[in-house]
Amino acid sequence: MKEPKQLSVSAIENGTVIDHIPAKNLFKVIQILGLDRFDNQITFGTNLESKKLGKKAIIKIAGKFFEDADINRIALVAPDAKLNIIRDYEVVEKKVVEVPDFITGIAKCMNPKCITNYEQVKTMFRVVSKKNVALKCHYCEKITTQENLQII
Amino acid sequence: MKNRSLVSIDDFSTEEIIQTLDLAGEFEKKPVQKLLDGKVIATLFFEPSTRTRLSFESAINRLGGKIVGFADSSTSSVSKGETLHDTIKMVSSYSDLIVMRHPVEGSARYASEIASVPVINAGDGANQHPTQTMLDLFSIRKTQGTLDNLNIFMVGDLKYGRTVHSLMMAMSRWNTTFNFIAPEELKMPDEFKLYLENLGLKYYEHTDFTDIISKADIIYMTRVQKERFSDPIEYEKVKNVYVLRNSMLKNTKPSMRILHPLPRVNEINPDVDSNPKAYYFEQALNGVFTRQAILCKLMGIK
Repeated sequence: MKEPKQLSVSAIENGTVIDHIPAKNLFKVIQILGLDRFDNQITFGTNLESKKLGKKAIIKIAGKFFEDADINRIALVAPDAKLNIIRDYEVVEKKVVEVPDFITGIAKCMNPKCITNYEQVKTMFRVVSKKNVALKCHYCEKITTQENLQII
Repeated sequence: MKNRSLVSIDDFSTEEIIQTLDLAGEFEKKPVQKLLDGKVIATLFFEPSTRTRLSFESAINRLGGKIVGFADSSTSSVSKGETLHDTIKMVSSYSDLIVMRHPVEGSARYASEIASVPVINAGDGANQHPTQTMLDLFSIRKTQGTLDNLNIFMVGDLKYGRTVHSLMMAMSRWNTTFNFIAPEELKMPDEFKLYLENLGLKYYEHTDFTDIISKADIIYMTRVQKERFSDPIEYEKVKNVYVLRNSMLKNTKPSMRILHPLPRVNEINPDVDSNPKAYYFEQALNGVFTRQAILCKLMGIK
């Protein structure tokens, strides 16, 4: 019998499912993880109903297992994201993302007078608050808060 | 400290600060020592700052070093559109150490990461100016005999004044009590007060500049700058409130000294100048000794 078509979309044999991404930040997550340059089979769903987030997005990446340090980079835009690690169609592990202590090259420093906004300098921040994310710029030492956070 | 940069005063440990102050004391006793003989120091002033530049150049000359550089970016390759990255790369192959002042915040940290030689930050916009802090610490220790357990009054623009922020952070290492005197518009920002609270240090805020200064060991005056006020009437109201006059010093401690990063406008009345408690001109001279000490420390000479 032919496999039902939706199976290739709804389940993966091996890989990672990233769930509970705020729908509006799906493309930021794709960008941060560099999924647009992956050769793996990837499926996205967005504007899905979520009690917690209103509208959520989900990403399924076949054949890909992330290092914690890599996946934590999405914490700025998807702080509630949950990861399901799939092996042989089974969820073998669940993970949550954690805001890392240092953030390199993802966020923009909100200080217009900062060197990172003048020259091609990779931004670098120390995370001074994880709950209401606050980032202290390694260069100008000014704080960028969640409300002012822009992803490069 | 050899081959390290000084971008922010926090780059130095307490022990390293004390070592630097001790060395500055040696230069005070014997200012001319040819320790930088044969060395080339670059002084890159991307924005003009006559006072800081002359202080550094005087320090370098007394150490027998040679100076290359510019006093204004309009006379350098920057005016041709060269990036800071390329200027620093080029200059670090011409010199043994770079002193730089730049209007962009974080530029000194960035330069220190590009340069193959040590970088001394002589001011990066509103961010850091560690050699000013070091000379303030030197002046405080010299006049009070210690840095421990002092009562420091900071007066004027405490919101935007980078010198008071750096000095406050640095002095917090020595169990200092702080008194902040500022108009409502120019109060010490919360983040700095929180910093002191976390360390368990005492601080008091005042809007009136009155008799409370009798408790002070140090009064650190700053300029209230007109351009910080959105409403010119507000500026006119406060500009004459935070003026230190000789008559106000009557009940202050005999050991108390008045500091000011200079230039002053009207916040210290000239009638204070002849009072032995006025220390701001000696403070400026101390800048040469502390810069000599910092140069030698980072070059690994002393």
